[in-house]
Amino acid sequence: MNVAVFILFALLCLGGALNLLLQRHPINSALSLIVVMSSLSVLYLLLGAEFLALAQIIVYSGAIMVLFVFVIMLLNAGEEERTHGSRAAYLAGIPGVLALFAVLAGTFITLRLSFGGTRLGSFLVTTGDLSRVLFRDLLLPFEVTSVLILVAILGAVVLARKEH
Amino acid sequence: MTVPIVWYLVLSAALFCIGVCGFLIKRNIITIFMSIELMLNAVNLAFVTFANHWHQVSGQIFVFFVMVVAAAEAAVGLAIIISLFRSRNTLNVDQIDLMKL
Repeated sequence: MNVAVFILFALLCLGGALNLLLQRHPINSALSLIVVMSSLSVLYLLLGAEFLALAQIIVYSGAIMVLFVFVIMLLNAGEEERTHGSRAAYLAGIPGVLALFAVLAGTFITLRLSFGGTRLGSFLVTTGDLSRVLFRDLLLPFEVTSVLILVAILGAVVLARKEH
Repeated sequence: MTVPIVWYLVLSAALFCIGVCGFLIKRNIITIFMSIELMLNAVNLAFVTFANHWHQVSGQIFVFFVMVVAAAEAAVGLAIIISLFRSRNTLNVDQIDLMKL
């Protein structure tokens, strides 16, 4: 069952990501990105990260993607214009990406025996375990990120404000 | 029946590479920004996978912080896109070339 669930949601992930690449209208890309993020949360659950799975749904597919869809609708973004981008991006970029994938996948597959396998429940991090580390050992970084969020809110307000 | 860890890692590598491809070939600035989010998600999957493999909580802590920073980044980035659209009236990156030499 583990393998079936993994294959189903991994295919959904890859399909959504490729659809993001192929669609020309930004709203379709945004919706396929929501598919990717929601299926990733199922994979997190399979890997025993229960808090992150829920945070993925709430923060990514909820908050961030709503922001994206909101901006697309606000700016009334139409279909992408067909202009050819920089040639350097095509000549060096695409082979570079393929080489990167080959190196990464090759390394992982060479090391496959030392990695072994995992299944649902072999390692479960509860919200309690996570918060014990977060609020005891890493309290200062946690507080610093709240300052970061505050700065980001102020920056967003200042940037999006209408100039007089 | 167990799922090999390597499958997760290869999936994460594939998602990252699709994100880089999108960053290179898309022409709409919002879609480019979404490709960046896709890359962040791919890296998050690798973090969670390694956390599972080594039975460490710290991998998941990293993902938590990446999520926080991504949320802040999305807010600021979309605000920049809105102000860019106001001043230039386009979302096509080929026409936003003020800083190009």
